[in-house]
Amino acid sequence: MAVIRPFIIGFATTLKHLFRKPITINYPDQKFPMFPKFRGKQVLMRDENGLEKCVACGLCSVACPADAIYLEAAENDGTVQAGPRYASVYQIHKMRCIFCGYCEEACPVGAIFMGKDYELAVYSKDDFVWDKTDLLVPATISPPPAIRAGRAG
Amino acid sequence: MGLESEIPVLTTTVEKMVQWARRSSIWPVTFGLACCAIEMMAMSCSRYDIARFGAEVFRGSPRQSDLMIVAGRLSRKMAPALRRIYDQMPEPKWVISMGACASIGGVFDNYALVQGVDQVVPVDVFVPGCPPRPESLIYGIVQLQRKIAQQKLA
Repeated sequence: MAVIRPFIIGFATTLKHLFRKPITINYPDQKFPMFPKFRGKQVLMRDENGLEKCVACGLCSVACPADAIYLEAAENDGTVQAGPRYASVYQIHKMRCIFCGYCEEACPVGAIFMGKDYELAVYSKDDFVWDKTDLLVPATISPPPAIRAGRAG
Repeated sequence: MGLESEIPVLTTTVEKMVQWARRSSIWPVTFGLACCAIEMMAMSCSRYDIARFGAEVFRGSPRQSDLMIVAGRLSRKMAPALRRIYDQMPEPKWVISMGACASIGGVFDNYALVQGVDQVVPVDVFVPGCPPRPESLIYGIVQLQRKIAQQKLA
């Protein structure tokens, strides 16, 4: 009996697991919802008029422990952003970035947020930089007509 | 070799079959360097289950593996060992650079670490993240499978 007992326990465990639901997530078809605090690819936000929020203060770039953020400020004529300054160049190096979220904490105007995108693999070193076209959220509403006229002119 | 120019149908079919065979059994070599290796192990466990892509057999010997997942920061002392393991792997072979440190050095911009494993071995897919989620790495492997599916036979 002393010899058989461990076998019975072992096979009972196996049998129990046979009828359990599999815990595997069938990833590319079925995605696990991200946790609220998960930090993925950054997004640059727009305000309620569809203009950019970033004022190009550079605090995110200073706070970044990996020196992954580069931005250039430019004078604004009201077409891109509500204030006097905007970021003409805003680049995040996706490989240097460690997704710590310090840029989000440092931002005084709430322009940058950590998104939920994690499918980021690339083939070559040429694709290592996200610029504004990759980071900005698409404008859901178009800017007011006066501003649109200004952009066209 | 002479057949290829005369009967193109045969070679394209063989090519497709070889591509299918290669991409559906990518055996990685066990090569975890740092904390990214924990996510790599999580990827091979039951929740994310890389066996669905035929890549679950982490081989202890480079002679039996097709893929090297460089999981973690590569120090200058480790670089010759990495190159040696890569050289010992049989053709065809692929490399995934996993995480910020392996890809370009990450936060460690100093003398002790190699700033990107592509200075040592040719890299096929870069996976960003610190560390990447297991899903991110699976996405990288799917991208690699797409790349293999387009590779022509010599």
